[in-house]
Amino acid sequence: MSFFSPARVLAILAKEFIQLRRERLTYAMILVFPVVQLLLFGYAINDLPRHLPTAVLVQEDSTFARSILAAVKNTAFFDLVAAARTPAELDDMLRRGQVQFAVTIPGDFSRRVIRGDRPQILVEADASDPTATGGAVSALAGLPAQALERDLTGLPQGRGRSVEPFEVVVHNRYNPESITAYNIVPGLLGVILSMTLVMMTGLGVTRERERGTMEFLLSTPAQPLEVMVGKLAPYVVVGLIQTSIILVLAKGLFDVPMAGGWAGLGLGIFLFIVGSLTLGFLISTLARTQLQAMQMAFFYMMPSILLSGFIFPFRGMPLWAQAIGSAIPVTHFLRIVRGALLKGQSLADAWPSLCALAIFVCVVSALAMLRFRRTLD
Amino acid sequence: MTLAIDVAGLSKSFGGRRVVEDFAIQLETGRICGFLGPNGAGKTTTLRMLCGLLTPDSGHGTCLGFDIGAQADEIKRRTGYMTQRFSLYEDLTIEENLTFIARVYGLDRRGERVGEALKALGLEARRRQLAGALSGGWKQRLALAGATLHEPKLLLLDEPTAGVDPRARRTFWDEIHALSRKGLTVLVSTHYMDEAERCHEIAYIAAGRLLARGTADEVVEKAHLATFRGEGAGVDRLSPELAGKPGVESVAAFGPTLHVSGPDPAALEAAIAPYRRAPFVWTKVSPSLEDVFIHLMGRVEEGSAPGAGAGR
Repeated sequence: MSFFSPARVLAILAKEFIQLRRERLTYAMILVFPVVQLLLFGYAINDLPRHLPTAVLVQEDSTFARSILAAVKNTAFFDLVAAARTPAELDDMLRRGQVQFAVTIPGDFSRRVIRGDRPQILVEADASDPTATGGAVSALAGLPAQALERDLTGLPQGRGRSVEPFEVVVHNRYNPESITAYNIVPGLLGVILSMTLVMMTGLGVTRERERGTMEFLLSTPAQPLEVMVGKLAPYVVVGLIQTSIILVLAKGLFDVPMAGGWAGLGLGIFLFIVGSLTLGFLISTLARTQLQAMQMAFFYMMPSILLSGFIFPFRGMPLWAQAIGSAIPVTHFLRIVRGALLKGQSLADAWPSLCALAIFVCVVSALAMLRFRRTLD
Repeated sequence: MTLAIDVAGLSKSFGGRRVVEDFAIQLETGRICGFLGPNGAGKTTTLRMLCGLLTPDSGHGTCLGFDIGAQADEIKRRTGYMTQRFSLYEDLTIEENLTFIARVYGLDRRGERVGEALKALGLEARRRQLAGALSGGWKQRLALAGATLHEPKLLLLDEPTAGVDPRARRTFWDEIHALSRKGLTVLVSTHYMDEAERCHEIAYIAAGRLLARGTADEVVEKAHLATFRGEGAGVDRLSPELAGKPGVESVAAFGPTLHVSGPDPAALEAAIAPYRRAPFVWTKVSPSLEDVFIHLMGRVEEGSAPGAGAGR
């Protein structure tokens, strides 16, 4: 009697390969997944984002001001995309997340430079995502020494001076101490919710089909819509419980600020939970087995973590990756949660992200209903 | 005479493959009809179309007087369907399963009905046991109780007794006959010949078409099949030799005896003539239902695969 027979191992090994080849999704997982991931995330992720949208408030139209803006632009970290007329407007743009930076050049700037007063230029950074702004802020260090070099040549102040002609003051707004947890913890809410909800519903409905109980259910007078709502509703409660736990811990353990914006946050959480559930339901209509549902949920989770702005700054990604990211509900949910908790965004501020979530919910539930009706046919 | 099922021209394809083709059946109220045919013949698909789970590609008709297309919901409410696999919730208790069914059908007096069903099943003491922990026979009886809880008028059973021991099968069939006496119409698919013989009538389907219909005796008679039974020591060893002879369609050993069948009595007679010697004794017998079904199955294979019957 032999305890270990290579021939038997070989038989099992060969069988395993045959089964692997039959399972097309697993096959894709093994071959396509690494390639897609490498290409997608390797090219998309950039920890030192450049060309960040920047708004300017120029209270003095002068050569100096223009030179400074040109120098800011030349760092390649800032893209001047908007000009504000009032400080309030500038503040608005920053809070809504329309821009990452706001640069203010005060009135009387040129005169004070020439007088040698060392006036200040204010750069406000949206530091709700500290990793996004870090590189850009350090690029500002050389600005005072170089920006006005040419303009000041020939002037008495420009020659042989040891002090810089102006100062750059950086204000990190919304997260002044650049605490990473303030950014990550609200983001985790989105990731944890989608991970559990998409997977739970995906598996829950697939299990029902795999075990044959769905056939029984559909032979009763229960309508497809009734089955869908009945199966999903309990998970809405699960999602709300999870949300409460995460928010309480975020406040209690990590001291994450709760700046307000409860209306937008509440609506966002609701839309996101419903969206995640319908997506899980859609997955369950596509998957034949629980394993497949699991794999599909995983396919969805990878970009949700890497392309949504959860770990890596959204604005650091190339445009094509941002386009993919924009199609992922987590991206919009993160903006809503961070906007509400860190910036105290109003409902109106969060509107674009809420709309995106609502569209996602509509499209996915329509697809899920269409697929579900034809499940048995 | 009222018809519980009256459908015609039912067809259904999956991915370009015709599973059911131009199927028609009429079934009188209160009858038990055995639905027979080889695996993949379209029995399950037909049952699913009758209870509204599948929409036929074409065809029309009524179940319990309701149109199978437009009034599927009405049919569902009055029909009990028992799937081939146990399809109640294994992770719910017996009682929870029945209560769930009662609620889905919107029944009144739920507690009472569930209690009665448990009592009838003899499962009152085990009502809190998980359904998944029941043995195969009990699972089937529970599924039947579930399928009849809403007092349907029509019962569609898809191989309800597959893999169930003989005693449990007998109990199950006693229950079906009891239901039928109360006026319930039953269409039950099965592979067991003894079960087919327990039905009032049978319908034989192969390759999606209805091939034979009537009582067991009628089906046997209409098949026009001749069968000889061979007895004597070692007669079963003749099987491979006889199988190849012209006129012999099927040879099957039943213990120490041999059944040899063919559609043409004269040719069959000629085929066994060389073996009419001691110790063998040949008697012309009436073919069994199984002989007939094997015969019917062979006919379909010839029909669907041209050339297969070229030897005859």
